[in-house]
Amino acid sequence: MKLALGPPLYYWPRAEVFAFYEAIARAPVDIVYLGETVCSRRHELRVHDWIDIAGLIAAAGKQAVLGTQTLIESESDLKTLRKIVDEKAFLTEANDMGAVRLLTAGGRPFVAGPFLNVFNSATLALLARLGAQRWVMPVEMSAEALRELQADRPAGMETEVFAYGRLPLAFSARCFTARHFNLQKDDCQFKCLEFSDGLVIRTREKQAFLNLNGIQTQSDKVYNLIGEVEAARELGVDILRISPQSRHTPELIGIFRARLDGALDTATARSRMDGLELSAACNGFWYGKPGLDQIAGET
Amino acid sequence: MFANKSFQLVCPAGALPALKAAVDNGADCVYTGLKDDTNARNFTGLNFDDAQLREGVRYAHGRGVKVLLALNTYPQTATWRRWTAAVDKAADFGVDAIILADPGLMEYARTKHPQLRLHLSVQGSATNHEAINFYHQQFGIQRAVLPRVLAMAQVEDVVRNTPVEIEVFGFGGLCVMVEGRCALSAYVTGDSPNTVGVCSPGKAVRYEQTPQGMETRLNGVLIDRFAQGEKTGYPTLCKGRFEVADETYYAIEEPASLNTLELLPKLMEVGVKAIKIEGRQRSPAYVAQVTKVWRDAIDAALRDRQAFSVRDAWMAELNKVSEGNMHTLGAYYRPWK
Repeated sequence: MKLALGPPLYYWPRAEVFAFYEAIARAPVDIVYLGETVCSRRHELRVHDWIDIAGLIAAAGKQAVLGTQTLIESESDLKTLRKIVDEKAFLTEANDMGAVRLLTAGGRPFVAGPFLNVFNSATLALLARLGAQRWVMPVEMSAEALRELQADRPAGMETEVFAYGRLPLAFSARCFTARHFNLQKDDCQFKCLEFSDGLVIRTREKQAFLNLNGIQTQSDKVYNLIGEVEAARELGVDILRISPQSRHTPELIGIFRARLDGALDTATARSRMDGLELSAACNGFWYGKPGLDQIAGET
Repeated sequence: MFANKSFQLVCPAGALPALKAAVDNGADCVYTGLKDDTNARNFTGLNFDDAQLREGVRYAHGRGVKVLLALNTYPQTATWRRWTAAVDKAADFGVDAIILADPGLMEYARTKHPQLRLHLSVQGSATNHEAINFYHQQFGIQRAVLPRVLAMAQVEDVVRNTPVEIEVFGFGGLCVMVEGRCALSAYVTGDSPNTVGVCSPGKAVRYEQTPQGMETRLNGVLIDRFAQGEKTGYPTLCKGRFEVADETYYAIEEPASLNTLELLPKLMEVGVKAIKIEGRQRSPAYVAQVTKVWRDAIDAALRDRQAFSVRDAWMAELNKVSEGNMHTLGAYYRPWK
């Protein structure tokens, strides 16, 4: 099984982003997704900067993939989308059907991202005919549903599963971080830069619940399939995706790598993750349960 | 031609009495669902069995009203046949269009029933013309329902750049998230709008009177707490009060409902073809009231767009039935974002 690093979901200062990917270039990860996939107002890096980083990643022998914005609302969002799609040196992850249309029109292969809602074989077969080489399972899908999809997966199609990180659960036109500061989105003062791993929402009894990340709402808990690696392998999953966090991402990649290679057992891998995690773990979606549940996995 | 009117009023029909209420009060189209997880309002006691759907189609068609069937959840491989059977049924029962979200199911409908008119559901998350044109090119969809996230200028851009008719939400419950891209309910309760057609389901709800006030929970998670004298709201999970950095407030969205009555002339002007009233879970009396007001308003705007103004009587009627009695223009009003 290969390991992928998902696109960066948070908004970090430019210099930190470059430093982050210099470290990733040395980390034992096979595929790196890049680009701004959450909010069009985030501009510390422009498309050409992401392409530069893609070059750095490719030079390190990894596959770089440029992700498209998930919520495309305006003509200016579409302009950015076209720039990404026109960059033929790198594969594109399509996170919206508008991206699929442009990629298909250009005869370009692509990755069907987790927000395309591929829930059945008919949709996967359709995307395969349109040029998808890989698909990323929706985060809310269970292993059981995946098993059915894998049974008649199109020839050559790779399957990737979101395996580590706070879950991207929802997108809105509204910016919840700006709202917290009583700012309008158009004048958000780029408050996201102050929260390198988002802004936690607690219930009124202080239970950490969700995580605000601009227009995206995440789980507070960290989805973690380190205990489901063998099950994923048995299902024919090709790639596990780790989602970037501001600190310890290379160490987390290293732990997953060692687990995939059989150099660590599950219990040791789990214990090495202690202190590296942003919050408590969950894995309910994998088991067809509420996502926030934590089910005992492999030992 | 599907529409004999330049601007259509599309009303919710959760069951046969609501369908009749909508038809009798001036709907141009009603939208319905079957009694299972093939639609995004899969609630107990709601929706249509075969006999009811036949009767609904007969009743509506007899009065010149179109019937739409929402099959707008995402089928999974194991249950695929239930969705294709529902598409077949729609064709067989003479439904005027089906409202779909899943591309695989659209392909099935297009191949098996090429004469059946397809609408792209709001659950399809198409917020830009390239996405809408994708569904048009692949499956010949004739109408798209926009998620409740676009500002007016963005709606205008979409209309200008697609041959597909555009339908927008005008009134009722407001999803603050992009429909089809929200797994919050799945995260908390295990039940998802995408796959089983429910959000914050009743079976996960608990109300509990405590010394701190009335608490509402969803699968154990505290969604809100109401002081004495405060009206207790249903714990839709994005509409609760939460703490962010020690401040307690509606961190995601207030329990307000959408009302775009004042935007009606503008929506017509930019070329929107239909306006949708949310609320298949609502009573026939609600549907009758809201349909009547919107029928009057649309007719007034069609007569003279320039002279259109929102009548106090309309607002009074709508306020009586609105969730929390609060109205918002939602994303159409840019500062809301």
